[in-house]
Amino acid sequence: MNQSTLLTIDNLQVSIESKCILKNFNLTIKQNETHVIMGPNGSGKSTLSKVLAGHPSYNVQDGAISFCNQNLIEMPPEIRSHEGLFLAFQYPIEIPGVTNYDFLRIAYNEKQKYLKKPELDPLSFMSLSQSLLNQLQIKNEFLNRNLNEGFSGGEKKRNEILQMLLLQPKLVILDEIDSGLDIDALKIICENIRTNLPANSSIVIITHYPKILTYFEPTFVHIMKEGKIIQTGDIKLVEYLEDKGYGYFS
Amino acid sequence: MSENKNQTNFEINEVISQPYKYGFQTKVEKEKFPTGLSKEIIELLSEKRKEPAFLLEFRLKAYQKWLKLTSPTWANLKIAEINYDQITYYSIPKVKKKLNSLDEVDPEILDTFEKLGISLDEQKKLSNVAVDAVFDSVSIATTYKEKLAKAGVIFCSISEAIQFYPELVEKFLGSVVSSGDNFFASLNSAVFSDGSFCYIPKNVICPLELSTYFRINDKDSGQFERTLIIAEENSQVNYLEGCTAPQFSENQLHAAIVELIAFENARIKYSTVQNWYSGDSEGVGGIYNFVTKRGLCIGKNANISWTQVETGSSITWKYPSCLLVGEKSNGEFYSIALTNHYQQADTGTKMIHLGLKTRSKIISKGISCGHSKNSYRGLVKIGAKANYARNFSQCDSFLVGASSTASTYPYLDINNSTSIVEHEATISKISEEQLFYLMQRGIGIEQSLSLLINGFCKDVVTMLPMEFATEADKLLSLKLTGTVG
Repeated sequence: MNQSTLLTIDNLQVSIESKCILKNFNLTIKQNETHVIMGPNGSGKSTLSKVLAGHPSYNVQDGAISFCNQNLIEMPPEIRSHEGLFLAFQYPIEIPGVTNYDFLRIAYNEKQKYLKKPELDPLSFMSLSQSLLNQLQIKNEFLNRNLNEGFSGGEKKRNEILQMLLLQPKLVILDEIDSGLDIDALKIICENIRTNLPANSSIVIITHYPKILTYFEPTFVHIMKEGKIIQTGDIKLVEYLEDKGYGYFS
Repeated sequence: MSENKNQTNFEINEVISQPYKYGFQTKVEKEKFPTGLSKEIIELLSEKRKEPAFLLEFRLKAYQKWLKLTSPTWANLKIAEINYDQITYYSIPKVKKKLNSLDEVDPEILDTFEKLGISLDEQKKLSNVAVDAVFDSVSIATTYKEKLAKAGVIFCSISEAIQFYPELVEKFLGSVVSSGDNFFASLNSAVFSDGSFCYIPKNVICPLELSTYFRINDKDSGQFERTLIIAEENSQVNYLEGCTAPQFSENQLHAAIVELIAFENARIKYSTVQNWYSGDSEGVGGIYNFVTKRGLCIGKNANISWTQVETGSSITWKYPSCLLVGEKSNGEFYSIALTNHYQQADTGTKMIHLGLKTRSKIISKGISCGHSKNSYRGLVKIGAKANYARNFSQCDSFLVGASSTASTYPYLDINNSTSIVEHEATISKISEEQLFYLMQRGIGIEQSLSLLINGFCKDVVTMLPMEFATEADKLLSLKLTGTVG
């Protein structure tokens, strides 16, 4: 299969409040790949995901990021989303007073608008979202609740995946999607991610636990430390890691 | 190399700066009085309007009281001195004869209301709302009069009420807000020229929503409207007022009074969507909005509910209140006050519990953007005889602009140990993480901000009648977006 490059991160340097968090960071992701990023707490994994999604608090000081052959750094967050970048948040935030249904429909239609495709009216959107709810084994009342408000950890994660299925991204970043999920929920979610993403899309899995890797076949495993990738390998790297801990790698 | 520093914060300030949609002026021939206020001006005004003697007397008494009063200074507002001699106290579109139908209304004025989205043409109106339209000081048209009359409901301009129902006006005018109540109330009592009058007879549930739209058009006219709503035993009415004004660099004065009277088992629900011109982004111009609104629950189980969405005016000074006299009577106040640029709002309510087992509920949402000042000021008073009275207050403030302020001034005056009074207050800042979350899902910053604010205000918006909830949602979004139309 002819795989074209989806994302190229070249010599990226990022700071927050003058503290340098990512330095000389390089990563290339092609279509149809699954990348796993592991690393000790504070190594910059979540920063990487937020920088890619365009969080305004991070200051990109040097380097380049190209996404689908476009300069990602210049794009506002919502355009990155429309272009197919999706971040499943580690801690999805609660938004009071905004129903999940309204939020999902606006998000979906904004993307349709951007892609110059027809928007869905409330009724058609209802049937689309209900079929996704069924896939994820979520109750319908989920839609009427306020966005993430009062959701359990597991519900929040399911909601992230619901959004992902809805927006059909090209590149998914799963920031510790496995934390706070029970085994059954993890299984449902992972199976849905694998089978329901559009063709040629790629996944970045940020995790502390090898368990999630039983559902995916990683193309690459990266170990991140102090703001850069210090080792890249295949699934065997995870075994080493379990055996020796992060201290072994430098 | 890419410099991303300037985007450290989402550029909220650009987003919330929006042009005012209603800032046009209509050219209409006017009959105006000389500026300034005197006994002679009031006599002339009363004579022009062919008012009964009791009203002239009412006005002159109020004027005497006004001369002795001073403008209140306790509010958290910075107000440039107002020169009351430069204000025109009476301005009406020149009409050559009495109007019998809408066809005879100046088309410029009809067009103005069309532009504001208010069709006075009953043929064109589909929604179940009767409208009284007040242009500068005069009521232009009241729709659906006949349909209302069949139910026994009187809905007309207060000028007409003075002519046709003087005994009702004499009995109730000033019975809730006395002519000496405060500086602005006295001024209004002396010079008010128009406004709406509603009378709902016993056992009648008003078949339509009633609505008044106020429009200030003139540059140097004050607007002093007066609204009086009387709901007899077992009656019910829903009422909405909307307000807009053209854009001028001078400030204009608006000092209104609204009086509500609810008898036994009566319900009055009064909703306001206030969108007077708020001045430009530098704080130049805009309406000074000094309003006294008060409802009297005189009968047992009477119920008065105020809902307000305050987004306009350069200064808002307004405390819709309830006097809870009847046993088990109930007062409610739901408020959204959104201020931007250099707007100042000092608004809230007074719940005065006098009767047994009276209840009140206050939900206030303040949103401060830009350099604005937004204060909630509320009094809950429980009288010595108000056994088992209950109040619940919740005041939430939301700071959007870095140099805006939000203040809460709750006053509690409890004179009865059997009462229960609860108060909750929160102040929160717009969360960058919430914005980022929505934007990551492809929702632009304007829409994200407006979603967050609508979410914050939801408790109150849901209290508005259906037709107006949509309007309020739109208005809140409009105030927050750069794209209008």
